[in-house]
Amino acid sequence: MKISIERGTLLKAVGQAQSVVERRNTIPILANVLIEADGDTVTFRATDLDIEVVDKVPAMIERAGSTTVSAVTLHEIVRKLPDGALVALSDDGTAGRLTVEAGRSNFSLATLPKEDFPVMASSEYSSNFAAPAPVLRRLFDKSKFAISTEETRYYLNGVYMHVADAEGGKVLRCVATDGHRLARIDADLPDGAAEMPGVIVPRKTVGELRKLLDDDDTTIAVSVSETKVRFATPEITLTSKVIDGTFPDYTRVIPQNNTRKLELDAAEFAKAVDRVATVSSERSRAVKLSLDEDRLVLSVNAPDAGAAEEELAVAYGDERLEIGFNAKYLLEIASQVDRENAVFMFNSSGDPTLMREGNDPSAVYVVMPMRV
Amino acid sequence: MPPRPLNDGLMPSLCRECLHVYGDGSRCPQCRSPRIIAHPELLDLSIAHMDCDAFYASVEKRDNPELVDKPVIIGGGRRGVVSTACYIARIKGVRSAMPMFQALRLCPEAVVIKPRGSVYTEVSRQIRAMMDEMTPIVEPLSLDEAFMDLSGTAKLHGAPPAVMLARLVKRMQDELGLTGSIGLSHNKFLAKIASDLDKPRGFSVIGKAETADFLRDKPVRMIWGVGTAAQAGLDRAGIHTFADLLRWDKTDLQARFGSMGTRLYHLARGEDRRRVSARTPIKSISNETTFFEDTASVDLLDGHLWRLAEKVTDRAKARDLAGRVVVLKLKRANHSLISRRVSLREPTQMADRLYRTARGLLDQVGNEGPYRLIGVGLSELTPAGKADLTPDLLDPNAAKRDRAERASDAIREKFGKDAIRKGRSLR
Repeated sequence: MKISIERGTLLKAVGQAQSVVERRNTIPILANVLIEADGDTVTFRATDLDIEVVDKVPAMIERAGSTTVSAVTLHEIVRKLPDGALVALSDDGTAGRLTVEAGRSNFSLATLPKEDFPVMASSEYSSNFAAPAPVLRRLFDKSKFAISTEETRYYLNGVYMHVADAEGGKVLRCVATDGHRLARIDADLPDGAAEMPGVIVPRKTVGELRKLLDDDDTTIAVSVSETKVRFATPEITLTSKVIDGTFPDYTRVIPQNNTRKLELDAAEFAKAVDRVATVSSERSRAVKLSLDEDRLVLSVNAPDAGAAEEELAVAYGDERLEIGFNAKYLLEIASQVDRENAVFMFNSSGDPTLMREGNDPSAVYVVMPMRV
Repeated sequence: MPPRPLNDGLMPSLCRECLHVYGDGSRCPQCRSPRIIAHPELLDLSIAHMDCDAFYASVEKRDNPELVDKPVIIGGGRRGVVSTACYIARIKGVRSAMPMFQALRLCPEAVVIKPRGSVYTEVSRQIRAMMDEMTPIVEPLSLDEAFMDLSGTAKLHGAPPAVMLARLVKRMQDELGLTGSIGLSHNKFLAKIASDLDKPRGFSVIGKAETADFLRDKPVRMIWGVGTAAQAGLDRAGIHTFADLLRWDKTDLQARFGSMGTRLYHLARGEDRRRVSARTPIKSISNETTFFEDTASVDLLDGHLWRLAEKVTDRAKARDLAGRVVVLKLKRANHSLISRRVSLREPTQMADRLYRTARGLLDQVGNEGPYRLIGVGLSELTPAGKADLTPDLLDPNAAKRDRAERASDAIREKFGKDAIRKGRSLR
């Protein structure tokens, strides 16, 4: 194999590969990226056995062929090469070395035989549809903060992507929760998605997927089966196993009858929460919200460290209410609001609280209060 | 009675019978007893370790005089291990932590007694009270041993630490009918070694001047905390005695053994700067049980899990503590250990939450049994005020179960531990 490729193009492809490979693994080949050159395209393929990413990029190919080499090392080298450099990758197919040349730099990297590289079995997808990148971006960006890291509840370690009935008909919906907060984000149902089985997209896949969604004009081809999900642009294909578990019935934990309404400027609110939380050094910083006629007082009382209080002008017309929350949770849901005011709906100081953006029902957040 | 100044050149000596301090002589000039301790630094040292002699067995013999001349082993059941063996049983080769069947093979005539925990705790409390009269700095290591720092107490008591320690073991014998051994030195490491030197009824002194000579040929496994695994590592490095250790540079020891290397370097020179500390904060709370017969039955394990979770959280609640990390421990039939831990989002002191989390861990382990032991613990302890503050959205019944647990705690508090139990605990 002998190819020449522009440094920027190579960096992007190898960058995606090295973030998929598992840093600490006992199977050496899994640390490698499979490079296959044929025609006028080079394919970079990396996997951790749960996720596979395949990146096809144009290159000048002098001699077709393929090999595997450490993704992390290759990425580090390419990253340190000067911008705009032309990088030549070559091997003679026998020495077990890949030569990387750029300008006056010359590297020789150990390779492993491509036959050992595990390629994810292709599977039948029961549902295929196309979705604009911004739509998927919104669905996952606004829900991923609520993904659980608790291993004992592995079925919460991802975003539940499924078709749901909303007021205006069927929608494509993403839900994530860790038992303390929940995010439910809806988007118009793309053509062909109606029969899609609900799948739990793992946290790592959500992170990798995000890299495909930066360009507003890209359309993503989504394929779903009971066990796998695939997101593809013309260049990059991301295939992932889905979490083998049942996502809990989230509908019953979304409060329907919360009547006490608080409306406020989310950015102002987030800044104030952040400020008062400073005095507490504990892992879960509790912030108390004291609500009275159009007035919100945020307070933190950390007996060992100090106390803080801040008042905000808000729209609130119900009875007095005192309710506590984990400051981090409040900050995270408040930062999801980008267009309008944040609307909080409370019931009592012990019940789940609902938050949405203005009157938009397509993004709903639930957060559990904390005893203060 | 302040210590009488001793004439130059005389070896300070102490009679362990009448507590008389004098200079030189193989018998006490006052009561003619031969039980004396003589040491150049006897009146200067103040860090002590007290270790009861065959504590549990001695308590049993005291409470049942028929046992006095019989070999006695304290331990649990056919499958248990020896927790204490009296000195008669020890002559036959019985040791603590030995499996019971092996102990009975060595000493078939032994009387095996199930431990009576509450009695030992009470006796331990009485001994502790005696130590507390001597110094505010008492660091118990277990029910039957403790470190004491008696620095600066001579003026208060009108007697140097050595005399007070001899008085302590004498009182233990006179008032409680139990014997103990004393180690007196200039740090904890050496005091603990000293107390073990001439057990039972021992009183050993390791002075500063003799420290290096004393340690030189001793095996490094004497170091408290050097177990079989550490010993193997030291063996591989060719370190068997303290003299071997002295040949190593500090940096080499650190490179090879990490933080233990630094400790080894100093211990080899008889240096130990750890303070005797009256309050060592508890780091974890755990309980475990060894089964009568190995089991792989999830139902049985589940029953044990609940009972253990309840024991652990009872202790946590009694101390107003909660833990963030849940630990599950399983020992297979071949004694290999499986240990799983998980961090909770916030600390808990509820039996229900501990049990459910541990059950999740047990399910994760899968079918690796049969097991001979199961244990549950809480660590990363915090004050209870920071525990169980945020209910679980996905488990709306948890709050109800918490209230039920608090209510049954109140009932058990009032009417006894078994006044109300979960059906699950009967499995």
